[in-house]
Amino acid sequence: MNDVRTIPVLQTAKKSRFSLRKKTILSLCFTASFLIIITIVGVLCSDTAVTTDFTQKNFAPSIEHLFGTDWLGRDMLARTLRGLSISIFIGLGASTVSAVIALILGTMAATLGNKVDTVITWLVDLLMGIPHLLLLILISFALGKGTFGVIVAVALSHWPGLTRVLRGEILQIKEEDYVKIAQKMGQSRCKIAIKHIFPHIFPQFIVGLILLFPHAILHEASITFLGFGLPPEQPGIGNILSESMSYLSMGMWWLAVFPGIALLITVILFDSVGSNLRKLIDPFSAQD
Amino acid sequence: MGLQIGKFIAVNVLKAVLLIIAISIICFILVSASPVDPIRAYVGEVGMANMSQEALQQLNDYFGVNTPFWERYFNWFKDFIRGDMGQSLIYRQPVADVIGVKFMNSMALMLTAWVISGILGFILGIIAGMMRGKWIDKLIKGYSLLLASTPSFWLALIMLMIFAVWLGWFPIGLSVPIGIDAAEVSIFDTLRHLILPALTLSVIGVANIALHTREKVIDVMEEDYVLYARACGESNTQILKHHGLRNILLPAITLQFASFSEIFGGSVLVEQVFSYPGLGNAAVTAGLNGDVPMLLGVAVISAALVFTGNFIANILYGVIDPRIRRSMLHE
Repeated sequence: MNDVRTIPVLQTAKKSRFSLRKKTILSLCFTASFLIIITIVGVLCSDTAVTTDFTQKNFAPSIEHLFGTDWLGRDMLARTLRGLSISIFIGLGASTVSAVIALILGTMAATLGNKVDTVITWLVDLLMGIPHLLLLILISFALGKGTFGVIVAVALSHWPGLTRVLRGEILQIKEEDYVKIAQKMGQSRCKIAIKHIFPHIFPQFIVGLILLFPHAILHEASITFLGFGLPPEQPGIGNILSESMSYLSMGMWWLAVFPGIALLITVILFDSVGSNLRKLIDPFSAQD
Repeated sequence: MGLQIGKFIAVNVLKAVLLIIAISIICFILVSASPVDPIRAYVGEVGMANMSQEALQQLNDYFGVNTPFWERYFNWFKDFIRGDMGQSLIYRQPVADVIGVKFMNSMALMLTAWVISGILGFILGIIAGMMRGKWIDKLIKGYSLLLASTPSFWLALIMLMIFAVWLGWFPIGLSVPIGIDAAEVSIFDTLRHLILPALTLSVIGVANIALHTREKVIDVMEEDYVLYARACGESNTQILKHHGLRNILLPAITLQFASFSEIFGGSVLVEQVFSYPGLGNAAVTAGLNGDVPMLLGVAVISAALVFTGNFIANILYGVIDPRIRRSMLHE
């Protein structure tokens, strides 16, 4: 294993026009702007996505309709983009709420003493004990399904993992000298949390937030696919895919293949934004 | 020593039981909060219009619409302990019976996928870790990262399209052929319907375990004792066999046990695509049609399943690895 090529110190530095950091920043900007473009185009497509044209039914992909058309003559590219932008909006909203819940609970668990800590850790264990998808179904069922149901379900079910991470992080920071000194100087718990602890976990928080996106988007699509999420008239990716199921046996493969690939790419892009950001913020992870 | 392990196990069982009870309360709150009217779901819209006031009143009493929440919960809990989960509204059968059948179906599917993905993922992880940086490592790593982001229901759709529609190797849905009595289905038929969903679930499950094992292999290969073994002239295979395998196997097994929750989530989606009559499918149908007793039953059973997995993972950690056992007992 220890052959010369794997030992970083023995490498002659490759001359590159960009440093690793610059490359990371570049790819970060690229993926982020790509995602923003998808979202904006998706919003602009909202009318085309539901326009039916019976002269253009069941077309296979062509130059005119890159993703083909469905049985009502709706352009699948427009529907897919619209679906992605809906998913991204829901993902954004829901993961922000989840991350804020995680931040608050994580801080409370780590700073308010043993009893609060026990309760919150127990809560985290509790929610992690229900299979995630079933929890989403239950919450969405409790709220009578529909768009509001999915958003709340996704927002309320993604915090346990991040809470655990942030709690661990804060527990470590609490042992640092400067926090102890602040305590000795009689600063209040609240002030210590805001002035000394938050700035330190902020990067972790942002990265955690962005890495929640892909999960939130996938879960939104899954739950919509099962019929608990967006109402059928909304062109969500989950709806598009569940509708495509009835046309699979007729050989209309493009209804399922392209929207799915688009969703997959979106998820991967969000993931790469998150991990690139982590590389910039947390240098320890850069060498992976 | 044995006493301490017994105590450790007892404490863990107690914790798990408490958590499951708490989960059942949460589920109960959630389904009670739902605007879906159980009576409407039970008799249907037409039935509602044609029913007499007295019959409605009877049903109201039966479903306990006007009884306070805690009383309803305790009634449900008492029955549940005795194995009576109520009457399913859509299947018109006791929930326990329906779940019993679906549970066996789901277990067949999940266990197959669990074993295949575990073994395959472990082997792939070891290959990738040993060949770190080579093309095969990049291939396996890329595959795993790609699979980790793939929506499982989409993958199931693609599998269905390729193997059932194009190649025609497998039937498109239902684990029992239409028109044949369930009792007469041969084991071969059941297997034929199991293959595609199980394959999909395994393909998805491989990603996590492969990535994890790869990391572990890389960690172990950088240990001093491996360097020493290499200096003594052991080959890579020998090192893996003598020093690596046991170190890598334990965390992999525990990870696999702790992944019950994900496998269950995946199986819900996959069962839906392949119309496979398992627990996940039952949960979705129950949720869509307002079958509250059924939904509750599936939720509690699946939570119990997840806890069993986590519990076994904990015990394995504690009982097998002497270092962790010692630190746990001296806490």
